[in-house]
Amino acid sequence: MADLHFLANPARYRRFSQRVVPSLSIATALMLAVGLYLALIQSPPDYQQGDTVRIMFVHVPSAWIAMAGYGLLAALGASLLVWRHPLAALMARAAAPVGAGFCAVCLLTGSLWGRPMWGAYWVWDARLTSMLLLFFLYLGHIALNRAYDEPERGDRAAAILVLIGVINLPIIKFSVDWWNTLHQPASVARLGGPSIHPSILLPLLWMVATLFLLFVLLVLLRTDTEIDRRRLENAEPQA
Amino acid sequence: MSGFAALVARDLRLVWRRPGDVAVVLAFFVVATTLFPLGIGPEANVLARIAAGVLWCAALFAALLSLDRLFAADFEDGTLDLLLLAPWPLELAALAKCCAHWIVTGMPLAALAPILGVAFGLDPSVLLALSVTLLVGTPTLSLIGGLAAALTLGARKSGALLALLALPLCVPTLIFGAGAVEALATGGDFGAHLAVLAALALVALATMPWAIAAALRQAGE
Amino acid sequence: MVTPLLEVADLACRRGGRRVFERLSFALGRGELLALVGRNGSGKTTLLRALALLVHPEAGTIGWQGVDVRAEPDAWRGRLAWLGHLEGLKADLTVAENLLAAERLRGAPQAEDRLDSALVAFDLSSLAARAVRTLSAGQRRRTALARVILAQAPLWLLDEPLNALDAPAQAAFRRALATHLASGGLAIAATHADLGLAGGRTLELGIPT
Repeated sequence: MADLHFLANPARYRRFSQRVVPSLSIATALMLAVGLYLALIQSPPDYQQGDTVRIMFVHVPSAWIAMAGYGLLAALGASLLVWRHPLAALMARAAAPVGAGFCAVCLLTGSLWGRPMWGAYWVWDARLTSMLLLFFLYLGHIALNRAYDEPERGDRAAAILVLIGVINLPIIKFSVDWWNTLHQPASVARLGGPSIHPSILLPLLWMVATLFLLFVLLVLLRTDTEIDRRRLENAEPQA
Repeated sequence: MSGFAALVARDLRLVWRRPGDVAVVLAFFVVATTLFPLGIGPEANVLARIAAGVLWCAALFAALLSLDRLFAADFEDGTLDLLLLAPWPLELAALAKCCAHWIVTGMPLAALAPILGVAFGLDPSVLLALSVTLLVGTPTLSLIGGLAAALTLGARKSGALLALLALPLCVPTLIFGAGAVEALATGGDFGAHLAVLAALALVALATMPWAIAAALRQAGE
Repeated sequence: MVTPLLEVADLACRRGGRRVFERLSFALGRGELLALVGRNGSGKTTLLRALALLVHPEAGTIGWQGVDVRAEPDAWRGRLAWLGHLEGLKADLTVAENLLAAERLRGAPQAEDRLDSALVAFDLSSLAARAVRTLSAGQRRRTALARVILAQAPLWLLDEPLNALDAPAQAAFRRALATHLASGGLAIAATHADLGLAGGRTLELGIPT
């Protein structure tokens, strides 16, 4: 994402995505096949958690991608507000639901993992609670983006919101951590603890890379759709 | 600075002409708080335990409820254009609007909360602390809510949307506001909580006026 | 030919993804009036809002005495008196309070001594203490026009100034506008009706280029 200027023009973006999407799709599918083998078959079960530890291979990458996705939204928002890049707005519109989706996957898998670990589908764990608030921030972004009859207004309003959100995200994280240590004894086991065995690390990193590619692929495809949608709405002759 | 003072004075005068609008917000605060003992049961130790959290949440909802009209009234009658066209920074105008909002909601809520705290069986020494946390914390709510109000100008379903945008951003203030009161009751460090609460207000003060001004400019386009 | 104070060059604006006008250029000097005409949706209001920096133009420059107004936006806003299609009045304040509040928002605290003449110009003296909420549409429009006079700004930007005005009020508006122009002021007005002022120039928008 270093140089968005290169993609600033939707038509140029269209040529770029037509070149990249097919090979990216194949790469993602292959990596996913290998990743699933590594995660589900090749890697050993945990001596305490058994096979439930395999949830981590989806849970942890989803959490990282959800956070990176919000960062991407903020970068796109800044590029829209500062340089008024039309493509930034369309890409943000495309990326927000994908990021929210990964966030939801993270919450869902966290809850499924929590059942055998804690004996409950939901405990107010600091990380999960922070992810839940991130999910709310995503929801606000998506709702605001679509709340206007004039889509351009929604784009700019959501861009302002995400910039404030990204400033506040560390503060929210810090407060929730504080709140958690205050209200809960530290004895509760944490998801994805700090000590990760090397036999698990490789599949984990592989899945992070795979799901990240999947995120990029989905965002590119949805951006294409958003370009088409905006063109139809404006009913302007094809440039 | 004269424009800033004039705007605060104008908004206060408008509220003075229609005191009912503020009274409704305060009445909501009282009624919403009263529902908790009815829903949870009147056990004194339970109520005293949850009082700070309940009062803080109710104050948060009450503040958001009143924010819906903060910029919408100016947007609808065209005076927002006059603010946008004023020959001084729009950031100051945004701050003035939030300041006026805080005077007519944050301050009365802070004054009202100890009275409700008595009904929850809070210790008298805690009541003043509750009021102080609200006094320090509600400016943040006015500023964050002001941004949500500015962002939703002209949007469909703006009321519920405003709450969806503002509530996640208000979480730190809620945690440290209610946490401060609880810290005092359980022998924790009240001062540290209050300091964080004040820091949150300063962060909001340093960022929100710019964001609100940007939101108002794009609403004017 | 008077030397132009206001120079607009190659202005282009978009609304909702649609370009409403482009390569719009004109100049206006002291005492000159420009009437903007054109069909609904031809961009009259958008042009006025772009001149007031309320709308971000896609391209082009707006110059005042040879300097781009974006360089010092606050100084530029101070030179404007604005009448939008909304009146910009608070219903719960009186006529006098509205006018004084608007002046204070423009950073001009001492407007009381000028207030009377602005009220007299639009025959509002007897309504000064009435809440705007109790006024008719025409009376509100007159109040908004009184605000324009009170601002003592060199450039008036007016969106449909004659809306809702009866014949005496229209005459009062023409007198006020003539006085403003005679004292070296500039005015740009979007209008459907004839402003009825000799010597005004006309810019027609919405002609396909």
